[in-house]
Amino acid sequence: MAEAVATATPQKREYWRWTEYNWRDESLDWRGARVISVGIDVGSVSSQAVILCDGKLFAYSSLRTGSNSPTSAQRALDAALEKTEVPREKIHYIVATGYGRVNIPIAHKAITEIACHARGANFIYGPTVRTVLDMGGQDCKAIRCDEKGKVTNFLMNDKCAAGTGRGMEVMADLLQVPIEEVGPASLAVDEEPPPVSSTCVVFAKSEVLSLLRLGWPRERVLAAFCSAMAHRTVELLMRIGVEREFAITGGIAKNVGIVQRVKRELGIEALKPKIDPQIAGALGAALFAKALYEKEQKQ
Amino acid sequence: MITAGIDCGARTVKALVLQDGTVLGKGAALTGFDQQAAITQAFQSALQQASLGHSQIQHITATGIGHNAVSFAQSQITEVSADAKAAVFLFPTARTVLDVGAEEGRAIRCEADGRVKDFAVNEKCAAGAGTFIETMARTLEIKLEEAGALSLKATKVIPMNAQCAVFAESEVVSLIHSGVAKEEIIRAVHESMADRIGAMARRVGIEREVVLVGGVGRDQGFIRSLSEELGFALLVPEDPEYAGALGAALMAAERAQGG
Repeated sequence: MAEAVATATPQKREYWRWTEYNWRDESLDWRGARVISVGIDVGSVSSQAVILCDGKLFAYSSLRTGSNSPTSAQRALDAALEKTEVPREKIHYIVATGYGRVNIPIAHKAITEIACHARGANFIYGPTVRTVLDMGGQDCKAIRCDEKGKVTNFLMNDKCAAGTGRGMEVMADLLQVPIEEVGPASLAVDEEPPPVSSTCVVFAKSEVLSLLRLGWPRERVLAAFCSAMAHRTVELLMRIGVEREFAITGGIAKNVGIVQRVKRELGIEALKPKIDPQIAGALGAALFAKALYEKEQKQ
Repeated sequence: MITAGIDCGARTVKALVLQDGTVLGKGAALTGFDQQAAITQAFQSALQQASLGHSQIQHITATGIGHNAVSFAQSQITEVSADAKAAVFLFPTARTVLDVGAEEGRAIRCEADGRVKDFAVNEKCAAGAGTFIETMARTLEIKLEEAGALSLKATKVIPMNAQCAVFAESEVVSLIHSGVAKEEIIRAVHESMADRIGAMARRVGIEREVVLVGGVGRDQGFIRSLSEELGFALLVPEDPEYAGALGAALMAAERAQGG
């Protein structure tokens, strides 16, 4: 279903590099749609664009964020449009979100990623979701929301790479394990090792190197790192309180090594996503775009 | 009375031989993979410089994160106490010591006799330690030793948003790509470090004079940024990285005299 739209062929293997992709629902005909709304989430590490036809998920893309937000937003939108034959001018409304949201000329409006993630999680996981853990590229957010996906409270760490996707990329690169394989590899241990004790990713790198020197296999080292990361994330969640149902969004929602450990430590299940959880932010933005467009039409 | 202090830091081991308040010899070695070898190497080169043998040292005190590894030491002292002792010995008017090492930062307030009144330590986050500057220098493809001089050449102060060393690395890369001069980037690195060390100093309360020790005390760019942050000049000893070893050697002398 997913297809790589831009796979780099670097000289040296870049283990952190995840596959960029786009997708469309072949069964949906956009021509009959009353409202075509778009959400673009320009994050610090990845950018997603989501296209909705009357509030139904039609197409999306996920790419690596480039050095500037306008171009990254445009590239993400182009990638999402690629398989759809939707002309650009047929789009009624665009909402931008994420780290780069304020600097996106093609968007009609910018909305915070907290609001968008809660709204997107409500769509992906259904109205029973009350706690959303968004694990992004350079931040981690614990969000509480109501049955409509409206934010009631949140906490975030955006100061420190520990507990973020970027931290995971650094570790994948150091251990030379492709980022998509980190999760399964970290679970391939007979017994859970003690977690890495350094909080800081820079210090954790030295610690991990010394574990390798002690003869630890890579799987065990990854287990120790994932366990520390999960623990840190659970601490953030506990500060805000976890109300069921619980769901995880963002790129790390795809890492089973983290998801399993967070669930284990919290002692509750996480809802299983029916849709790619990494697009939650852009999806929420596209839902807001639809609502905003309809409001404008009424006036 | 001849004593020695050995400071086993995260990055380097420093050894210092002291006779009645006069430094006879100093030696350092990278901690690397073999801490024991580094301890021996640092201590031997300090002894060699002092033209003394191990048996002539009356008391050896170890400090630093790896102080337990110095099996031949008679006693230990915490890094915080060693820093305070050394600072007051070097500058009698010192009341606050800032120690910025490779993987730790400390702010210490002390009495006129070198006793510690209050202190704060950051050992959790690379953003408040020398590693931060080192990582950014590597990203900028400049030598760490060049960072200071380069920073002093900067004519503009540009802001740096990231605090985390991992995030700052990405930020530095994008600054390079957008054509910002290297001296301005390294200046921004120094400014953001100074901001954090300054904040830590204010947490324990700043009392003048303020002494800067630790390996980062060799970085002129950081010294400028930190003194601007604090609003006054700092006292920096000639070999700031030996402060811990000096404090340990001073403690060794007190302990040897005390019996």
